[in-house]
Amino acid sequence: MSVVLVPLLPLAAALLSLLPLGRRFAPSVTVAAAAAALALGAGDALRVAVARRLIVIAGWVELDGSGALLLLLVTFVSATAALFSWGYVARHEADARRVRLYCAHFNLFTFALALVPVLAEPALVWIAVELTAVFSVLLVAFDNTRGALEAAWKYIALMFMGAAIALLGFFVLFWAQQMAGGGHYSWDGLRAVAPRLPPVLVMAAFLLILVGFGTKVGFVPMHTWLPDAHSQAPSPVCALLSGVKTTSALYCILRLVPLLPPASVGAWMRGVGLISAGVAAFLLLQVRDYKRLFAFSTVEHMGIIFVAAGLGGPRGMAGAMLQMVSHSVTKSFCFLAAGAALLVLGTREIASVRGLLRTSPATGAALLLGALAIGGAPPFAVFLSEFSIFRAGLEQGRYLVTALLAIAITVAFFGILLHVNRMVFGVPLETPSPARAALPATCLLTLVLAALPILVLGVYQPAWLDALSNLAAATLAPLAPASLP
Amino acid sequence: MPDANAVQWLQSLNALTGGLFLLVTFGLVSLRQIHGCLRLFVAQSILLATSAFLLGALYHTWHLTVVGVVDLVTKVVITPWVLRRLLHDEVQTRREITQVLNIPTALLLALALAITAYLLASPLVALGGGAAIGVNLPIGLAGLLIGGLTAAVRREAVPLFLGLLAMENSSFFAGIGVAPEMPLIAEVSIAFDVLILVFVVGLLTRAMHEHIGTTEVGALTALTEEQAP
Repeated sequence: MSVVLVPLLPLAAALLSLLPLGRRFAPSVTVAAAAAALALGAGDALRVAVARRLIVIAGWVELDGSGALLLLLVTFVSATAALFSWGYVARHEADARRVRLYCAHFNLFTFALALVPVLAEPALVWIAVELTAVFSVLLVAFDNTRGALEAAWKYIALMFMGAAIALLGFFVLFWAQQMAGGGHYSWDGLRAVAPRLPPVLVMAAFLLILVGFGTKVGFVPMHTWLPDAHSQAPSPVCALLSGVKTTSALYCILRLVPLLPPASVGAWMRGVGLISAGVAAFLLLQVRDYKRLFAFSTVEHMGIIFVAAGLGGPRGMAGAMLQMVSHSVTKSFCFLAAGAALLVLGTREIASVRGLLRTSPATGAALLLGALAIGGAPPFAVFLSEFSIFRAGLEQGRYLVTALLAIAITVAFFGILLHVNRMVFGVPLETPSPARAALPATCLLTLVLAALPILVLGVYQPAWLDALSNLAAATLAPLAPASLP
Repeated sequence: MPDANAVQWLQSLNALTGGLFLLVTFGLVSLRQIHGCLRLFVAQSILLATSAFLLGALYHTWHLTVVGVVDLVTKVVITPWVLRRLLHDEVQTRREITQVLNIPTALLLALALAITAYLLASPLVALGGGAAIGVNLPIGLAGLLIGGLTAAVRREAVPLFLGLLAMENSSFFAGIGVAPEMPLIAEVSIAFDVLILVFVVGLLTRAMHEHIGTTEVGALTALTEEQAP
């Protein structure tokens, strides 16, 4: 039952947020719902790590390894973003009506995000992914500035274009299953008939969904909306967009891997991933806005995950899962740190910021920690997961892919640090008023809580998380040639 | 079981519907008036529903009849109503003076896309399956590509969005042909999902009209890495 409650709690909170019961009511309902969803989601993930799967309504609402991993990430990032939102709206929004609207949209967005992993019927998953875009577009436009409206328009236009293309892919997938003998249309039903699916139909479905949902993931060259939307939205929303929304679209693409003929799309995946990682690494050298910096880094990391998934072998997909976890926790932290910097500084421009460590030590330290961690410096979580991907690549004998990936990661590391060093060290250009420089207490608390997994996962991997990511990798692994008739 | 003659009739009618569907999609690329575009979109949705009814009779499945009814209610009645209610009169009566491409070029490109769609669909059609796949799949794929072209050449918010809705209609047009047995709950929820989207895009377009005074989205190009001049 708790599996169903995880998305339903934010949905209830969305309705409650609209009640006009004072300025504090809507944010507190949001935080309470997100915290409860995190507790339930973590509980479900632990149970899946032991029981392999939880079935609520067979074939419709199920939670298996990869779903549980995504649900855990979604609920974690939702909880930190909700807590950060408390301080953010208190500082940023004067009008109580706009606070209520923000909270209602925020809860609807987290509702849709939690829906993606718990649904097992591909067409319903399409709807859930589409809802994550529909419910987040007004959050992207929330500030109603020229930039925010431009970003929101580009965002929804490309999201819907991708969704329409992917929709045909899901219809073709259903057709393929009917040709292979039918059965219930679900991820498991498809896996059961995978060897008999007509290859030309699954390939057509895969390509349509790769283009359609690849737009939502932000693969180059369909990434143009991503830096705009992820920089113009309110910072806690950016944490959700970059941390888990892109990941949930990627999860849907990876769900198709076990249905495809063995070794048919590995090269495609490595190619698409390398192009994304490489192009994004060079694009982030020339940004002028520090939120766009982290947005380009998201494009790069989506590419890395896709390369890892395309490497194949037992370690490839496991590396992709680890990278998914470390990217989600680290990138959401980066955007929260960037949000804190925006609250303190009031500007998004890198060039007009100097000496952040002196103006606001907590913000400066958080930004530096986020930059080091997302760039892949040891001893943080991303370092470990990227290392395991390199190992998988070398074990598979894919030296060229591994070398190109290493170059992209190195360029991105220096790109991120180049910009963040400029902002963090040195003498401040101007000193904000003390009232402005002091972060709201909830924002500070969020930064501390969100930093914990980055630090812990870099040195210690709990056994249950290890079991869960291996289980997730097993549900997404390509069919072994031996299992074919 | 309808006799062979009736099957023949249903298939011919469906082919006619498909031809009209493609024709309307061509119109969407070339028409300049926003009201006209909205009417073409409504016509396209009616043709989609017609095809759903015909295929429902052909495949003996009441699913598609329900899909057709839901399509009529959401896209023919509610969508135009929502857009008309939410948008200012000035937004709706605008004409597009400048397009990215001139109309003959856009139509030629659309023609090329339709031929490409036919070629792309032929290996899938060759697999066999339902009787209507040969009509619905290539035309749906062509509509998908032409809808994308429409969205790419438009600079005004509402016609651009109608191009995107035409893409979704085309996906559905292909979908009812290849997957008539798709679980009903999924198909109906997709229709309502599109309805929420229409509402949200209407609100967004209204916010653009209110706050920045234009709905010409093609002119919004402030967010780049380049230095402002």
